[in-house]
Amino acid sequence: MEHTPNHMVEIIDVSKTYTQGKLEVHALAGISLALDRGEFTALAGPSGSGKTTLLNLIGGLDSPSCGRIVLDGKEVTGLSQSRLADMRLNKIGFVFQAYNIIPVLSARENVEYVMLMQGVPAKERTDRARAILDEVGLANMHDRRPAELSGGQQQRVAVARAIVSRPAIVLADEPTANLDSATGQGLLEMMAKMNEKRGVTFIFSTHDKMVMEYARRIVRLKDGLVSDDTTK
Amino acid sequence: MHLQVSWRNVWRNPKRTGIILTAIIIGAWTMLAFGALSRGMMTSTLSNALNTLTGHIQIQHPAFRDDPVIDNRLTAPARVADVLEQHLPGNAAFAFRIQVNGVASNARNSESITIVGIDPAKEAGLSFYGDNTAQGKLLAPGDYRGIVVGQALLDSFETKIGRKLVLMTRDATLETASKAFKIRGTFRAEMEATEKQFVFITLDAAQSFLKAGTGVTSACIKLPEETTMDLEALAKTAKALARELPEGTAVLTWVDLLPLLKGYLSMFDSFMLLWYLVVFVAMAFGLTNTMLMAVLERTREFGLLKALGMKPSWIIRNVLLECLILLAIGLAAGNILGFATVQALSGGIDMSFMAEGSEFFGIGHLVIPYITLKDLLSVNAVIMGLGVLVCLYPAVKAGRITPVEAMSHT
Repeated sequence: MEHTPNHMVEIIDVSKTYTQGKLEVHALAGISLALDRGEFTALAGPSGSGKTTLLNLIGGLDSPSCGRIVLDGKEVTGLSQSRLADMRLNKIGFVFQAYNIIPVLSARENVEYVMLMQGVPAKERTDRARAILDEVGLANMHDRRPAELSGGQQQRVAVARAIVSRPAIVLADEPTANLDSATGQGLLEMMAKMNEKRGVTFIFSTHDKMVMEYARRIVRLKDGLVSDDTTK
Repeated sequence: MHLQVSWRNVWRNPKRTGIILTAIIIGAWTMLAFGALSRGMMTSTLSNALNTLTGHIQIQHPAFRDDPVIDNRLTAPARVADVLEQHLPGNAAFAFRIQVNGVASNARNSESITIVGIDPAKEAGLSFYGDNTAQGKLLAPGDYRGIVVGQALLDSFETKIGRKLVLMTRDATLETASKAFKIRGTFRAEMEATEKQFVFITLDAAQSFLKAGTGVTSACIKLPEETTMDLEALAKTAKALARELPEGTAVLTWVDLLPLLKGYLSMFDSFMLLWYLVVFVAMAFGLTNTMLMAVLERTREFGLLKALGMKPSWIIRNVLLECLILLAIGLAAGNILGFATVQALSGGIDMSFMAEGSEFFGIGHLVIPYITLKDLLSVNAVIMGLGVLVCLYPAVKAGRITPVEAMSHT
């Protein structure tokens, strides 16, 4: 697979094998995939198909057993922990299924925290955090702590935090799994809007049909391999 | 913002934070309070020792320390007095003495004692003599027949004021000298042993009794109180005096005269540090355990922070910051409590309930605890320094949590 400037992510013959006791589990078995800038892509498949593993590898949270991953034109494989942390901080936004936000911080502080790590000045941090929270529909909830927010509102804070650091890509691991359908739909609409307005690449792992309806490209995984790749 | 986050994290579990804070406060408080008490005991011991006729500096015949007999006396005290008057600081005092061993006896009892010939006008304020008169009166200058004894000696001889007491010793002609003195008064001292050991007659009487001419066995010098533990200044004064004094004199500081006490005092700081460490070790278990629990409870959170791009060193720093907050609050409260305790005991602790035990160590009846700047800094440095050190373990553990294992943590 040749690198083209439009490719945000290139996954080249990537395998990931876990050892559980004496048993070897092949989570990914030699996947090759390219994802373009600005895509709104869902990685779909049943449990154990390798969706989360692939997302973790793209995000530099885990390293492949073999193969290469290139993110925004830069090789991720083999980077030190420190460089991977830098890459996650500046290039990737994460939205997890749960435990997404820090409980002792308010919504605004959660959004600001990632900019603090980036070294953004205090005034700019606050302004950007307020603006993005307004944009995700939490205008009057800036100072609420996570315990005072619903699950959907917490996920919106997580999306705001993922976007505010101006990443090249947002990786969302089953972001609607713990939400009711109406809340999940609202969240998806909001992310789709972000994708269109800001041009941020979104990759989801999901087995939620609603997410797949919103996705413009669906990559189905089965037994650690791509079984289907459909662009709408 | 980091400080704000750490502060909120500290108070996430108020009960647990309260428990560990209590441990730190009690640790700091006991270190300070017991340290102050020990320091008070040490000062009382030293003060007693210096007050019991030692003074800060003594000028003696070079052979007197090894063989304290009247033969080893200073034969020209007037020259010594000239030097002392010229070279001692204005707020220092000195007096000549004759001090020899002898025997006191009456019809009821006979005891070995130390005969001390003093200048009544100069001795008061230089030693315990004159501090606490129990019965009768002190010696008047020129009193050739009077004697002042300790109350305990008077009781053991079953005698009373106005009765005679016979002193016997060897005089300067190597003959046995014996003379009856009339008991003028009795003194009280911090220790009963002191009351039984020393009897006071006038210097003139002693010179005459011992056929010592104008000779004295020592000149005792008392410098300002703050000089006591300033051993460098003390040695400097002694050296300056030695340069000026005539040959045939030895200048001895209390450090030379009381080597055992000096050794004990030197060990004291080490004992204090050891005590601090013992208290800290007990406290450290609680601190490490609490921080470890706080870290393990937040495994997912640390994983999330790492996923967001936080470096392990930042996580370690944040956990240490939480630890620092706990230590700072605990230390502040412990210090306040320690100072309050010392303030409450500033009138002194009456040790008379353990009179014989405390006497064995030379401690006075009243011990006044006090905190020195050095002790204060040591306690705070030990708790803060070692506290941060033991927190490194949970902090590093937090720094090593990986996002993938954190996300699989339930």
